[in-house]
Amino acid sequence: MSKTLFDKVWDSHVVKHIENGPDVLFIDRHLVHEVTSPVAFLGLKNRGIKVLYPERTFATADHNTPTRNQHLPVKDPLSANQLRALEENANAHNIPYWGLGHKKNGIVHVIGPENGITVPGATIVCGDSHTSTHGAFGAIAFGIGTSEVEMVLSTQCIMQPKPKSLRINVNGELSEAVTPKDVALFIISKLSTSGATGYFAEYAGDVFKNMSMEGRMTVCNLSIEMGARGGMIAPDETTFEYIKGREYTPKGKGWDAAMEYWNTLYSDDGAEFDKEVTFDASEIEPMITFGTNPGMGIGISKDIPLAESIDGSPATYKKSLEYMDYNEGEAMVGKPIDFVFLGSCTNGRIEDFRAFASIIKGRKKADNVTAWLVPGSHKVEEAIKEEGILNILTEAGFELREPGCSACLAMNDDKIPAGKYAVSTSNRNFEGRQGPGARTLLASPLVAAAAAVTGKVTDPRVLMQEEVLA
Amino acid sequence: MAYDKFNILTSSAVPLPIENVDTDQIIPARFLKATERKGFGDNLFRDWRYNSDDTPKEQFVLNNPIYSGKILVGGKNFGSGSSREHAAWAVYDYGFRCVVSSFFADIFRGNCLNIGVLPVQVSPEFLDKIFKAIEADPKTELEINLPEQKITILATGEHESFDINDYKKGNMLNGFDDIDYLLNIQKDIEKYAESTPL
Repeated sequence: MSKTLFDKVWDSHVVKHIENGPDVLFIDRHLVHEVTSPVAFLGLKNRGIKVLYPERTFATADHNTPTRNQHLPVKDPLSANQLRALEENANAHNIPYWGLGHKKNGIVHVIGPENGITVPGATIVCGDSHTSTHGAFGAIAFGIGTSEVEMVLSTQCIMQPKPKSLRINVNGELSEAVTPKDVALFIISKLSTSGATGYFAEYAGDVFKNMSMEGRMTVCNLSIEMGARGGMIAPDETTFEYIKGREYTPKGKGWDAAMEYWNTLYSDDGAEFDKEVTFDASEIEPMITFGTNPGMGIGISKDIPLAESIDGSPATYKKSLEYMDYNEGEAMVGKPIDFVFLGSCTNGRIEDFRAFASIIKGRKKADNVTAWLVPGSHKVEEAIKEEGILNILTEAGFELREPGCSACLAMNDDKIPAGKYAVSTSNRNFEGRQGPGARTLLASPLVAAAAAVTGKVTDPRVLMQEEVLA
Repeated sequence: MAYDKFNILTSSAVPLPIENVDTDQIIPARFLKATERKGFGDNLFRDWRYNSDDTPKEQFVLNNPIYSGKILVGGKNFGSGSSREHAAWAVYDYGFRCVVSSFFADIFRGNCLNIGVLPVQVSPEFLDKIFKAIEADPKTELEINLPEQKITILATGEHESFDINDYKKGNMLNGFDDIDYLLNIQKDIEKYAESTPL
């Protein structure tokens, strides 16, 4: 029988199927961070049990950590306490812990792939909804709640009903300045934030085939923002090239055996999906959001849609525009902004910094803009320095911070002040997401860079055109 | 953690007719710094409920004394966003045992089921009827009958059935959790693990 990529990986991980109930799914790799794990470890303690497979478990500190002076003690006592709890729990259960200052430290979804923990055909979970990122490698990866973290720590399994399947095809060639982030925001704007709820997505078509691993991670990362539990892309040469030689990927004979399995990971011809949608790459332009959920995105040259033209409740739509202090029908280009955030598990990888640098090179940061540039990991930070990107940033008046989740969810000090506008390369523009009262415009690193040097929402194609003319 | 058993719940309900209520509204990230599961109810809907100086926002439904009860009724796509179980904990800790909506985000729904809060998905039409019934009488009661998988607006007798899989229904009725189940099949799990290289 023809199977989808998702079926192949899911079915091979089912330890037990419960009639009219969930599957017991074996989890190959479990990533742990400080915020969603302490109560789970407490649960283990109360039950008097240990982590079943610590060698399948990896811990890092990222959500709560400062992005400056990481060598000093963490000032916020609650954050410090949570970080201490993770370190103690990791030590007590023999789990590798990459805490602040560790050379492998960084955002959990950046360091997993970077260190070869993420491999094709694996099941990967983490108490974080953006675990979907790892699907870029052809893994089934999804976010879980703390009760489930406790389940995986104690039994290496999770109980999940099998989701329905959805294939998203984007064919053709992307236009100038259209990045993987734009592709994802475009899809979400078409499907809405609940359009893929109950489904697990597979991304297929020319656009994803031709995309780098960093780009695929950005796309899969945002799967949750259309409601899908996760999204995946069939592994290919690009994937194998990326993972080969990384610390935790198999070596020698192990690699050959793994390749034999990985080469079977694609959706068979004739495999049936519960739902399928297809888009044309040429329809997509650089995107920006104007509202308070990631589905409220438009091409940057477009106007904010009229309430009467949208699906869903007009009252909710108007409440959202009120929060943003925007009006329907207004253009996004030219809107003043106050902050720029480059970073997060969505766009905190080296390719994102290269893109940002390509726009700001030879320009200056606008005086009215505060910019927070936060690499996804120490390895990304190192690459930024090695590739000379740091010099470009510094010359343009920008400062590079230390790795972490930072202003994406503003658990640390990196909070956008109330009422201020931030062009952010992160994943959520919910009310207060980046700080109480903060207003978020989600966009790609190119759009963020264009905003950072002009102080307002600017189409990056205009700046790229200027460069060509010069 | 085992939780309270759920059988039949009869209660008035608190209406929140807003769509896409996300987890950052249910509990903002800055309140996720605890290492124990307690006190989250105080920060449920924090930024809709309180001004920046911590004074209550009078117009928000949780600050309106005419609305009360153990059932929260939300608009479509309730609980979208983050996987933080803290959102479900906050709902529970505030005193809700059931959330009714016409559509739930996946992870939030699962988190609720894992801690003993029953997510009840109804049709958009029935959701509308509930909102109207509460508008007409804030004290109107809903009956959530888990054994029969039925939700009833008691004042009018209007009812609808809802879905839940047999396994989770059994857990809710008995207050069991998944870990109890998984620990019982640990031999099967270990056998599977042996056949799976890291």
